[in-house]
Amino acid sequence: MKILMLGWELPPHNSGGLGVACLNLSRALAKDGAEIDFVVPYTAEHEEINFMHVLSASKLDPLFRFGAGAYDSDKIEDLIIPDAKIPNAISSDQVSIRQIQKTYCDFVENYLMEFKPDLVHAHDWLTFEAGVLAKKNFGIPLIAHVHATEFDRAGGENGNPLVHEIEREGLLLADKIFAVSNATKHIIHEKYNIPLDKIDVVYNSLDEDFLKQAYSLDERSYKYLESMKKRGYTLISTVGRFTVQKGLTHFLHAAARALRKNNKLLFLFAGDGEEKDELVNLAAELGIAKNVIFTGFVRGKQLRDVYELSDIFVMSSISEPFGLTALEAAHHGDVLILTKQSGVAEVLKNSFRYDFWDDDKLANEILAIADSKALQETLKSNIKAEYRKISWADVAKTCEKVYNEIVKKAKG
Amino acid sequence: MRGICLYLHIHQPWRFRAYSIFDVGNSDNYFLDGNYHSKQNNERIFRKVAEKSYLPTFTLLEKNLKRHEGFKFSLSVTGVWLEQAELWMPELIERLKKMVKTGRVELVAETYYHSMSFFYDREEFEEQVRKQITTFERIFNVTPKVFRNTELAYNDEVGATVEKLGFNACLAEGWDKVLGWRSPNFVYQAAGTKNLKLLLKNYRLSDDIAFRFSNKEWKDWPLTVEKYETWLGGACLDGNVINLFIDFETFGEHQWAETGIFEFMDRLIESWLAKFDNKFLTVSEEAASPPVGELSYPWTVTWADTERDLSAWMGNKLQDEAMRELYALKKEILKAASVGKDKNLLEDFRRLTTSDHAYYMCTKYWNDGDVHAYFSAYDSPYDAFMYFQNILRSLQYRLGL
Repeated sequence: MKILMLGWELPPHNSGGLGVACLNLSRALAKDGAEIDFVVPYTAEHEEINFMHVLSASKLDPLFRFGAGAYDSDKIEDLIIPDAKIPNAISSDQVSIRQIQKTYCDFVENYLMEFKPDLVHAHDWLTFEAGVLAKKNFGIPLIAHVHATEFDRAGGENGNPLVHEIEREGLLLADKIFAVSNATKHIIHEKYNIPLDKIDVVYNSLDEDFLKQAYSLDERSYKYLESMKKRGYTLISTVGRFTVQKGLTHFLHAAARALRKNNKLLFLFAGDGEEKDELVNLAAELGIAKNVIFTGFVRGKQLRDVYELSDIFVMSSISEPFGLTALEAAHHGDVLILTKQSGVAEVLKNSFRYDFWDDDKLANEILAIADSKALQETLKSNIKAEYRKISWADVAKTCEKVYNEIVKKAKG
Repeated sequence: MRGICLYLHIHQPWRFRAYSIFDVGNSDNYFLDGNYHSKQNNERIFRKVAEKSYLPTFTLLEKNLKRHEGFKFSLSVTGVWLEQAELWMPELIERLKKMVKTGRVELVAETYYHSMSFFYDREEFEEQVRKQITTFERIFNVTPKVFRNTELAYNDEVGATVEKLGFNACLAEGWDKVLGWRSPNFVYQAAGTKNLKLLLKNYRLSDDIAFRFSNKEWKDWPLTVEKYETWLGGACLDGNVINLFIDFETFGEHQWAETGIFEFMDRLIESWLAKFDNKFLTVSEEAASPPVGELSYPWTVTWADTERDLSAWMGNKLQDEAMRELYALKKEILKAASVGKDKNLLEDFRRLTTSDHAYYMCTKYWNDGDVHAYFSAYDSPYDAFMYFQNILRSLQYRLGL
């Protein structure tokens, strides 16, 4: 089967889980014999990817995608310079995400003049316009894969109406929708009035590279944390972009509560984002700056060290369609505390759950885990059985079944 | 007699580098950034400021000392500035020595580390003042008799304390709310002291040069020597000595050479001395005159911002927390130092007391992108706080706490 995948990022040029999920899904599909052309909006080397063709929709450096912010829909209305044609040499602040999307659509249109894939699989609103174009103008079956909706990104707010429009059109015109969790499926149903039977849940799995690569803790990089752990401190971490969606201010308030009962807690905030300054300030306001450590953006080895050293991993998201980092943390033996609003909580039952606004409950859970070795050990060993329950091969099988159905329908 | 007391202040902090949590336990180097072009590279900043300000201003001052017997000024140079000059441009210290040797350049004491230690830890404050005195004695062979606290932060308690340390006079901001109807152009006796003189900055005339000189929005722009002299003359009707207390970097760095600031000073000195009865005085000469009355500073006044208070250093939770944690470590650090453990700990600690570090964490004008942002070596006050916290963790780690 020939598949045109429409994506926005692939590792190592990714800013979050979207690129990781796309890579793993494509790899598993390719293993089953799918021929995939994968479009990204930038030009970069992807040497390690040999199971599919990575096509560049523009000559932009991947940094432009970061600059344009795959996740930051609020930057959408950033300046648009009428004559900028996104050619080879143009500086990032001159390119808006809308321009990149336009170039992306043009590229897909040209591609489809020449090639005829069996179906188009588009990932998130960023590529939905190109997917709709394939469906409308070329009659190619469309799968819209939702890793996050604008409602998730807006963290309880309404979000950007233009993004809603693009999202809605993609979802309406798609032959089938993939949602990364039941939570996301219901958001799509409730917010966009899409019938439930048009939406299939396709969970993510753990990054294969993550499993394959040999790993050992680099003690040097976290010497200080090691020493604190030896003194009986419990290390509680969170990893991700610091945005309102992640519910980190609630987490800090809960941390302050927990610290009143037990001062041997260290909180590690790994990541970066527009909320960072606010968080640093809040930690000081709450008088707990001493126990809250900000690492800045971490990836690769350092990220794994964070998981490895942590005793407890917290996903405090107000709305988290899936939450890949929780699987990664589980792989490294962390005890998990997840908000009920996180998709991954549907898969990982051996974890503590709380509502994102319930600071008190989170504080209690942290204290309970920190105080009880028995509880820690039980949760750790039980989650081991769970976190690999869904493999990417399984995910691919689910997709293939749907592919076959809609291709058959289109031909018949 | 009509006198000008010109006092200049030179300082550069040891900015801490972007010290990450990954450095804790691996590197005790907080102040030397390996990347010459980083925002926190002290050597780069020092050389840049030297180029724009120190070198041309030294030349201007030397020239005028040579040309006019009557030209005098006073100067404070922080210990941490001297350390950096010694490392990167020792010729600056040689030139300073020569100027001091003329007997017409008086050195003013302060805390060696340019700290706000007075408000956190009196013993530490006195220690830092003593270190500054011995440094002056060692390098310049003079013992300072006049004191200025960091940022001119003054209250009655500061006065009482520095008198006990042996000083004859102290500098302070001549702030209207304290002075009321009185003029800053006289010498006062500090309330609560036996005989400490207060020398008060005439902030209007000082800031005309320091802040407004090149401001084209200012109604009196451009400032000519003639115009300025009529203002000085007016002020002299209301006292005998006008205290122009100015940050050294005003010349060339805050007011660029292109604004004509150097020519202005050059001509001002010449023109002022050309008139009968006009003089320049050093701080001690001024302090020798009898006080016209007593003056009390019941609350702390600084020379900073429109508030003239400590809020730029002690105004938010970030600053409170960072400084509280820092000073809380002192006891352990002294203990470690007394048994000869980790010789650099005490020095590192003291460099962290430099007030600039707290200033970088100031958020009150952050959004205006004004002077606070301009002088920050960090992307945001929050970044500064984050790195500082990591350094505190490193100190604790080194102490085995």
